[in-house]
Formats: sequence, structure tokens, C-alpha cells
Amino acid sequence: MSAVLDKPLVTPQTTTRRVKTNAFEPNWVRYTLIAVALIFLTLFLFVPLVAVFTEALKRGWDTYVESILDPDAISAIKLTLIAAGIAVPLNLVFGVAAAWAIAKFDFKGKSVLLTLIDLPFSVSPVIAGLIYVLLFGAQGWFGEWLMEHDIKILFAVPGIVLATVFITFPFVARELIPLMQQQGTEEEEAALVLGASGWQTFWRVTLPNIKWGLLYGVILCNARAMGEFGAVSVVSGHIRGETNTMPLQVEILYNEYNFTAAFAIASLLALLALVTLAIKTFIEWRLHQSRSADTGTTERTQ
Amino acid sequence: MNILQPRAPGRVIPGFGLSLGFTIFYLALIVLIPLSAVFLKTFTMSWDAFWSAVSSDRVVASYKLSFGASLIAAALNVVFGGIVAWVLVRYKFPGKRFVDALVDLPFALPTAVAGITLTALYSNNGWIGKYLETLGIKVAFTPLGVVVALTFIGLPFVVRTVQPVLEEAERELEEAAASLGASPLQTFFRVILPSIVPALLTGFALAFARATGEYGSVIFIAGNLPMVSEITPLFIITKLEQYDYAGATAIAVVMLIVSFILLLTINLLQAWTRRRAGKK
Repeated sequence: MSAVLDKPLVTPQTTTRRVKTNAFEPNWVRYTLIAVALIFLTLFLFVPLVAVFTEALKRGWDTYVESILDPDAISAIKLTLIAAGIAVPLNLVFGVAAAWAIAKFDFKGKSVLLTLIDLPFSVSPVIAGLIYVLLFGAQGWFGEWLMEHDIKILFAVPGIVLATVFITFPFVARELIPLMQQQGTEEEEAALVLGASGWQTFWRVTLPNIKWGLLYGVILCNARAMGEFGAVSVVSGHIRGETNTMPLQVEILYNEYNFTAAFAIASLLALLALVTLAIKTFIEWRLHQSRSADTGTTERTQ
Repeated sequence: MNILQPRAPGRVIPGFGLSLGFTIFYLALIVLIPLSAVFLKTFTMSWDAFWSAVSSDRVVASYKLSFGASLIAAALNVVFGGIVAWVLVRYKFPGKRFVDALVDLPFALPTAVAGITLTALYSNNGWIGKYLETLGIKVAFTPLGVVVALTFIGLPFVVRTVQPVLEEAERELEEAAASLGASPLQTFFRVILPSIVPALLTGFALAFARATGEYGSVIFIAGNLPMVSEITPLFIITKLEQYDYAGATAIAVVMLIVSFILLLTINLLQAWTRRRAGKK
């Protein structure tokens, strides 16, 4: 999964766009391929996207607003914001620390560490939820101790936050590591030699250099944190108005055949996805610009 | 801090101990210790109990569906994702930038939203389902629905791994092949295809790995009939709801081992892709 997420930032896009397209294949082949690609993408991506909003607005604007302002829906939106609001900053700090250690230093076992950081990507969300049931459930490792001290983790907000942190664990680190490896250590070394402290170097030199990559990782991390379903579903307990996040609220409403309300909340999540894609495209464009500006000179504006 | 000294001598950059220490601490706390709970839990089971939990008829049927549907979906994505990547890199057409951005939608769209939307589209009276119904094809609430959902989820993986490789490909080789008398088909099979095979395989493995663990987008469209359209992750949840923690954990261990093998395969494939790219 990392390969996919890394791609836009790491590959130096050296392609010079040619005005003339490929001259080898006949025109009919070209048009057929374009048609096949567009029909496939329309069926699998565009139609579903349109369908979310159509279904949500089927009964009119008033019903739509009413579904979103429902107290259970509001509490689901709040819980989703809380979970993402905790998970994203935690994984942001981790991502910066991991990228600093891995990109700026050489040490034994680095590739093992990289693989371990990727691990949550390859674990099924259901299993991510299951591990917290095994730890904090009634029969779990800490179950009895938690009961004695009357602390609720499972089927409560802390469990939802933990599952979200696990699922979104690698996002920021995976964006920053290749970026910081590419940038090397020269600028930091220069700052330190000139007498800056370690933290000054980080805030004044490193952070400005990685800000776009950091933002890129954060928006992907946030999209996943707000949209996570499987892992959260296992640990939540589905208590209405208390432990339901937006995706879980969508499921409950859908299973109650309240399709319009389910799609109304789903449409908010689809909007979040669209905003994420828009910011992502913008950052890729910015990085492309700054890279073309960088070539030839290592000069950077402060 | 003195135990783990960076190997490169003469480095002035500070913070090695702090950043690596925090990285390892956080990794252990959030990922490694919780994951080890899954394995330790299965050690409390006898071998016979473990074996009967992971080999019952119902769970074997779920493996067949999960892995079978994931294979079909990943294969579909190699074909269509390959075509999409080719079209996006090589051709110009109106709305190309929009299409390019839209490819990432399955990453950004929450899986539950994808699940209910695909179900609405492919059910008997849905926009797509009603046409398929007249052809006698049922998608929603059948194993075919699982394939549709997993194809949606896996789409970006193939496109985004093949795209950069095609962008880097040297057109001169194709021009040379053509000028030496190769037909377009020969040029494709002898020049272009060999250079993108590692990327296609990586994309296939990534899409497959994601599909085997997928839950949210599948459960709505699958219908979840035991022995017919019940995927393995859902079966784990069913076990949990019956308070059969050991049974759920045993199946989770089987899935984790498969994921680790896939992760290893993907790392090897990516190393191969990089070597291929470096050689040219």
C-alpha cells in the first residue's frame, strides 16, 4: 500500500509532455482504449459518487437537513471529530519522529523498522478491532483490572480512539520518510554548524522543507480516521448517541431501512472524500511546481 | 542514548536517541504489543481446538469466497487498471486531470459509504442492477457483489503503481522497435509489457492484500449468507458476537499469516520493480 501512497511525492516527474501522442498504434486502438478506461471509471467511480448525493437528496432538501440535525447524527459527527482529533496529532508526532530517525541517521535494522511501521496497512480492520477486544475485553489481559477500577475502554470512546490510532498509524510516517530521505541532511548540518540548536534547526529548516509532505500525510490520515468502519465497529458496541461514529451511524440507519438518512450522513463523508482529493491534487501540483523551481539551484526561500 | 549510536561518523545532527526511542516505544505500544495478543491468545488453545476452529466447513467456505473473490477482483483491476494507467499516461483527452484525481476515490471514500452505495446501485431496482436484472444477472446479495465491491476497493492500487513506471518508460525503445519493423502488437508484447510486468504484479498483490481483509464495503452488498456469501472478516465478527474469542482469534491468526506472506511478497516485488527501473 505504501507504494501507492508514496508515488506522487517521490517519483521525480521528469516526463516532458509531448504534443504528439504515441504514433505506433492505429487510431481505433487508441479510441477504444480511452473508451474502455472511461466506461470502467464511470461505472465504478463516477456513478457511485453521483448516487450518494442523489440518494441523500431523494426526499428533498428539508429531509436531508433534518437527517443531519438529528441528535444521534450530531453526536456521531462529534465522536468522529474527537477520534480523528486525537488520532491524527498522535500519528503526526510519531510520523515526524520516525522520519527523523530513519531519514537522518543510518542504523542497523532500519528495513525491519520500515516493515513494522507498514504493518497496520496489511492487517484487516476487523483484526485491528479484535486485538483491543483481546486486551481490554471482559476476558482480556487487562479486563479484570479495568473492571475493578471502573475504567471503560471497550465499547466506549477510548476504544474507538485506540482502534483509529492503530488503523491510521503509518500514514504520516510513510509520506515523510521518503521525502526526508530525498532531502538529505545538508541543510540541517549547515544550520547546526552555524550555531542553531537542534530544535531551532527542526522548526526553522526541516519543517518548512517538509510542510507540504506533512500536510499530504495529515489529510490522508484524517480521511481514513474519519471514515474507518471495520475496526471501530468491533470495539464500539454500537450504542446510539454514545459510541457511534459517522460510518457506524450510516450502517445502523441503513439496516433500519432508513435509506435517506443513511445516505444523508454518507453524503457528508463523501464530501470529506472529495475535499481530501481536492487538497491532495493541489499539494501534488504545488510539489511539482516547487520541484521544477528547485532544479538547477539549491536555493530556498526562507 | 549511548547504546544506539548512529553508525555514520562525524554526524552533527542531534535527536537520534529521542526520535528512535520514541518511534520504537510508540510502535510497540500501539502495534506490536496489541498484535502479539492475537498470537498469545491462540497459544492458550489446544492444537485440536485451534484446528477445528480454522477448518470448519463454514470457515473454509468463507476462505474460498474471500480469497477467490479477491483474486478475481485483483485480476480485473490488473486488466482495467492497466488500461486506465496507459490511457492516463499516453493519451490526451478532455477532463483527464479530473479523471486522474478521481482514481483515488476508493482510498478517500469511507468503506461503509462505498458499501451502501454499491448495494443501492446493484440491487434489483438500482440504476445498474435493473439493467442487469433483465439480462438475468444478480449482483447484490450474491458472491458477484463481493467481487464488485473488492474491484472498487482495489482499483487505485494497480493504476498508481503502473502509472509512474509508464511515465519513466523510454519511448525510444518503442520507436526503435517500430522502426526495425515490429508491429504495434509485437512492440507491446516484447517491449512495453516486460517493462511493466513487475509493477502490474505489485499492483495485483497490493489490491489482493487489501481485498482479503476488506470488511466495510463488502458486508452490505454480500448478503452474508453462511456458506454462500460470508467473507472471512465477517465470520470473525460473528464469532466475537457469540463470545467465542478463541475461535475468532484462531481465524484471525490464519488471516494474519496470509497477510504477512503477502507483505513479504509485495516487498520483494517492489525491490524487483526498482531493480528493473534502475537497470535501464
